[in-house]
Amino acid sequence: MKVHRRGIRRLVVAGAAVIALAAVAACGGGSSNDSASGGATTGSSDAVDAALKAGGEITYWSWTPSAEAQVKAFMAQYPNVKVNYVNAGTGNDHYTKLQNAIKAGSGAPDVAQIEYQALPQFALPGSLADLNQYGFSQYESAYTASTWAAVHAGSGLYGLPQDSGPMALFYNKEVFDKYGIAVPKTWDEYVAAAKKLHAANPKAYITNDSGDAGFTTSMIWQAGGQPFKTDGKNISINLADDGSKKWTGTWNNLVEGGLVSQIPGWTDEWFKALGDGTIATLPTGAWMPGVMESSVKAGAGKWRVAPMPTYDGQPATAENGGSTESVLKQSKNPALAAAFVRWLNHDEGVKPFLASGGFPATTADLKDSAFVDKASAYFGGQKINQVLTAAAGNVVKGWSYLPYELYANSIYGDTVGKAYQSKSDLNAGLKSWQDALVTYGNQQGFQVNP
Amino acid sequence: MAESMAHQSAEQVRPVSAAGRRRRRASQDGKGWIFVGPFLAVFALTFLAPIGYAIYLSLYRNQAFFGGKVFVGIDNYTEALQDPKFWEAFGRVAAFLVVQVPIMLILALLAALAIDSARLHASGFFRIVIFLPYAVPGVVAVLMWGYIYGDNFGLAANLNDLFGTTAIQPLSAHWMLPSIANIVTWEFVGYNMLIFYSALRTVPGELYEAAAIDGAGTFRTIRAVKLPALRGAIVIATIFSIIGSFQLFNEPNILRTLAPNVITTYYTPNMYAYNLSFAGQQFNYSATIAIVMGVITAIIAYVVQLRGSRESL
Repeated sequence: MKVHRRGIRRLVVAGAAVIALAAVAACGGGSSNDSASGGATTGSSDAVDAALKAGGEITYWSWTPSAEAQVKAFMAQYPNVKVNYVNAGTGNDHYTKLQNAIKAGSGAPDVAQIEYQALPQFALPGSLADLNQYGFSQYESAYTASTWAAVHAGSGLYGLPQDSGPMALFYNKEVFDKYGIAVPKTWDEYVAAAKKLHAANPKAYITNDSGDAGFTTSMIWQAGGQPFKTDGKNISINLADDGSKKWTGTWNNLVEGGLVSQIPGWTDEWFKALGDGTIATLPTGAWMPGVMESSVKAGAGKWRVAPMPTYDGQPATAENGGSTESVLKQSKNPALAAAFVRWLNHDEGVKPFLASGGFPATTADLKDSAFVDKASAYFGGQKINQVLTAAAGNVVKGWSYLPYELYANSIYGDTVGKAYQSKSDLNAGLKSWQDALVTYGNQQGFQVNP
Repeated sequence: MAESMAHQSAEQVRPVSAAGRRRRRASQDGKGWIFVGPFLAVFALTFLAPIGYAIYLSLYRNQAFFGGKVFVGIDNYTEALQDPKFWEAFGRVAAFLVVQVPIMLILALLAALAIDSARLHASGFFRIVIFLPYAVPGVVAVLMWGYIYGDNFGLAANLNDLFGTTAIQPLSAHWMLPSIANIVTWEFVGYNMLIFYSALRTVPGELYEAAAIDGAGTFRTIRAVKLPALRGAIVIATIFSIIGSFQLFNEPNILRTLAPNVITTYYTPNMYAYNLSFAGQQFNYSATIAIVMGVITAIIAYVVQLRGSRESL
């Protein structure tokens, strides 16, 4: 009987513990829509200069490798401004915290790093300050066309570009030489190279792709697709447009044929495979050299960079990744925050960023011969920036991300990922991705594909 | 059961009615509340309030971009009960529960009986070693197993190389759930073993003596003395395991980076609730999923409790 009664109490406690998980969900809640108000002061270029002179204290969230050095340099130059630097996590961890702070109505930083793909998600609900009010539109000529477009949502300007990631083809020359493979100029040649390589060495693959939303969208971008269009509340999603089909037409050969490695990116296995020739190429953003130098030491001297293969042999590429710094609406001192952003991505802050191996979005730096003609020891002495800066000028125009791109990316594995897993038609996967995105958009108050 | 409880408490109260009356008067002074108050305050703040808030959330629908908060009554619940993703996730943890929990508890039971048998040399050493995985933080454990399971460079890859096959793929769609079950078993056998072992230590020595005098052998003693003594502990361990299974989160969530296409955002109910909330900002629906899952878990745990408290196991 004793056991019996104690058991009941345990049961109550245990059942309660389960229900308490509801609290986890509850934590994220809170009333919203009040975040849009407040801090909506209008200013001008003078207001920014005045705020900088007056000084004050701001908070900055970023995971940029050079962030700490930049903050130090800024405070040395403007001793009356105190910048509290916080690394709130990388990517999704950072966004989750940012989103929660915005929802809660307090606790958000004054300035936050936001990737281009995530910008509409924060800009459209009114969480970010429009920098047009400070006359920042005057800096347009300082940046590449593609990054300048990426910091806009509608007519609003929500940040200054920090870096860019025009895509190029990184390839392992040692592997290519060993199997007599020429550097592919078109995607057809790329597929042929994939077949040749895998036939010669069943353990080697032309590249790895286990399904990655950022890669897929960039590849559709390069193929000229515009699957996402947003106009206020109206969204159109068409992941079966010409560009999307062009990409799946090529990529299906690789996926269905089992010609791409399934090693997921950014894992230890991946870094190892990049070093030992298991993965022979990477079509990816211009920020990759820094990553390879620090994480793929075994690949030193083996890798080279070439322009992205294209569908017709004419130069065309897309952006992959890249970030901006934005001023939050919640900021109590938006003019000072804007001044910091201007310093970071337009003025002296660019230098420490470049020193850390970043790839700039500023045209002056992209033209600077000290940058362009620098030989890279890791890449066998190749002047890789010549290829990469040329790519920055060949980005296909007209691309935009979804206003809920982060959510879209999060369910990519549930939908397109299944096609990758079963090595079947990517079009079917894109279709189910689209269906899920339409449903979600309508639930969130958009009119999707009306 | 409620009936027997009432019966029991009535029995307890009757012979001390005088004392009871005095106690009742004391409670009218409100002194009792001073003692219970701190607990109640914390309980209400950390337990009742979040549940109440989750229930409140589950009755609304909030649009992350346009529109706002709308009262939708039980719409979220209707949606949840018809949501194929939720039921897929539920089916998965249910299958996990049916297979993994018995294996784990039987292993734990055998270990506890072996250590308690006094025939083992260095039983203290075994007790610690079996318990040790429980002391490894769950996240670290899963990362470690991730390396072992890796079929490109991990132990699985080495074994494949050794035998010249590609058959060992612990992270593939077919093997993922057993692979997770293996991790969970490894983690929690020691914990359950300790529950069983401590229950065995409370068996009075006289019972063993009596059994020995009656001519009971080792297995007869296990059946007639040890297992009945373990019944309460087994029921509790089962309930903990049921709850643990339904709350499965850490293991699949961490393995997701290694197998993003195999482990969906709705692989388990908890992962579904988490991703709805933090990736999709669907806090209301997430709260609904969590409540539905909590209620189902409570019901199943309660049924197990009822069955377990009957005379036969």
